[in-house]
Amino acid sequence: MAEFTLPKNSKIQPGKHYPAKDAKKPRTFRVYRWSPDDGQNPRIDTYEVDMAACGPMVLDALLKIKNEIDPTLTLRRSCREGICGSCAMNIDGTNTLACTKAITECASGDVKIYPLPHMPVVKDLVPDLTHFYAQFASIRPWLRTQSAAPDRERLQSPEDRKKLDGLYECILCACCSTSCPSYWWNGDRYLGPAILLQAYRWIVDSRDEDTGARLDDLEDPFKLYRCHTIMNCARTCPKGLNPAKAIAEIKKLLVERRSA
Amino acid sequence: MSANAKDLRHPLKRARGLGAAQYGVGHWWTQRTTAVALVLLGIWFVVLVLGLLHGDYATARAAVARPWNAVLLVALLISMFWHAVLGLQVVIEDYVHTRWKELTLLVVIKFIAVLCVLAGTLAVLRIALGA
Repeated sequence: MAEFTLPKNSKIQPGKHYPAKDAKKPRTFRVYRWSPDDGQNPRIDTYEVDMAACGPMVLDALLKIKNEIDPTLTLRRSCREGICGSCAMNIDGTNTLACTKAITECASGDVKIYPLPHMPVVKDLVPDLTHFYAQFASIRPWLRTQSAAPDRERLQSPEDRKKLDGLYECILCACCSTSCPSYWWNGDRYLGPAILLQAYRWIVDSRDEDTGARLDDLEDPFKLYRCHTIMNCARTCPKGLNPAKAIAEIKKLLVERRSA
Repeated sequence: MSANAKDLRHPLKRARGLGAAQYGVGHWWTQRTTAVALVLLGIWFVVLVLGLLHGDYATARAAVARPWNAVLLVALLISMFWHAVLGLQVVIEDYVHTRWKELTLLVVIKFIAVLCVLAGTLAVLRIALGA
């Protein structure tokens, strides 16, 4: 059966408390901690951060904690402007990017920060996305053509280019896939919203000539049809995209090419 | 197999798995067509039952025996159990992850649904054909 409770060695314990000294505007952050090296269960550490001397985003607070309070805190981050997708994590109950989530947007009280749900954890806030990336590679996400390579760019009308809007912006941060219960229970076989949105991005591209094969590769009860339009993906996407709609379009195309 | 042997495989091997089953559109489409049928048949069935309120056994029996009612009742039985099997199949595939249990359940629900449809159809026919 699907597992609805955490295994014993994953049960979260209370952690350390780092009070702020002489803080003008203290705010409390409760952060998931787990290290593969010490054999301990995960714990929640509590950090008090002075907002008077901290940037506005959750990532600013996390980096302040790492730089000034606890250098052992481990997280991914790179662009700090919502384009690389590295700092995806579960903040205040929702998967989002720490760099574009303002601390003031979080519910009042403690700001709770966990790694992306239902993924193996490498350390602290760093999830193992190996399988997610392999699933992306499995859809062969590049332009596939049969015709001879032209001497110039492959042209596309403005109308056809418009069809890629709402798709090309995906940064593969995995917020949507890891918010999807279907992906939690069947992530080994279900491709998940992010990868299916990417698949549709190539299916709908007017320059791609492998549409039929792409649809063939998705026509599967697990790869595609585990999507039950729960819509967590669209709700959580930090880029405001709608993977559920892309998946619905794929399902429509699969119906379109067969007889009713 | 040791965990080590699995570690030696490329992650793409696991992601591609056994490939696409080339199955699923039919299931998806049938689930929706039976849903449409059930909306229409459901409304008709409610109207039929409301018309039988306060009626006696003989009135109900005569209503079922009317040819159109008998046909639509059998249609309702078939689409209802068909739709139920398709829905249950999704639930089982979602949550039952031990392969033999999953397969057993998937086959058992189909057997039960077919038996229910046959029993219901026989009941309607007996009344309709006046056995």
